[in-house]
Amino acid sequence: MTTTTGPHPTRRLILQGAASVALLGLGNLPFGAMSALAAANDKYPDEAFKLKNEADAIKALYGKAAEPSDKVKLDAPEIAENGGVVPISVTTTLDKVASISFFVAENPFALAASYRIPDGTIPSVANRLKMAKTTNVTAIVEADGKLYSATKEVKVTVGGCGG
Amino acid sequence: MASSIRVRATANGDITEVQALIQHPMDTGLVKDSKGEVIPAHFIQQLKFECNGKDVFVADWGTAVSKDPYVKFSFKGAKKGDELKISWTDNKGGSDTTTAKIA
Repeated sequence: MTTTTGPHPTRRLILQGAASVALLGLGNLPFGAMSALAAANDKYPDEAFKLKNEADAIKALYGKAAEPSDKVKLDAPEIAENGGVVPISVTTTLDKVASISFFVAENPFALAASYRIPDGTIPSVANRLKMAKTTNVTAIVEADGKLYSATKEVKVTVGGCGG
Repeated sequence: MASSIRVRATANGDITEVQALIQHPMDTGLVKDSKGEVIPAHFIQQLKFECNGKDVFVADWGTAVSKDPYVKFSFKGAKKGDELKISWTDNKGGSDTTTAKIA
């Protein structure tokens, strides 16, 4: 799944360089370096998907925290009758968007989906997520190296555990 | 076997809108069946869209994506008749690929 000619060759090189320096310098990889590695590669961010807590998952995926921004528009229903299929979409007016991720705070695993947005792709994604119960949904947009977020509460009347 | 991926890609000027629907159980590994046995996790991990030799959209998914996932996005730089290649891989090593012509 790794392509050598990615959309941001320089960015990737720099990040990979940084990650390998971290690898050399430290016997045990701390969290931050691991996420830099995950973000740099085209690899599936396995670790981030296994974390239960939203803040931990954000940290594992991006290595930093996000700040709320009104430039991130999160569209989610106020009440979801079926938690198994909740339509969620996000659009942003921010420039240089590299990725968009969705977190569902009360789910067994907070990270739901993460989308990479190469150059030329419009920073707008719609998808459908499962929600175990009434929960906050957070969308995080990575733009120009910074993280911006929007959060909305979705009331779930029937949980999504059944799929 | 029919493809698990259904795609509609329509070009409108410079912008191509893509909608994809994939047939996949997306089992979380947390649900029990009627006999009380846990249904093992089975979900798509990565979904990739390529156009003209370039990745235009890459999705990394966890178990919280709904069964038979749907996704919509738009990208620039393609025209009518260009081919869009869609492929996914799941946590059990399963995969599927299809191509669609941009209409």
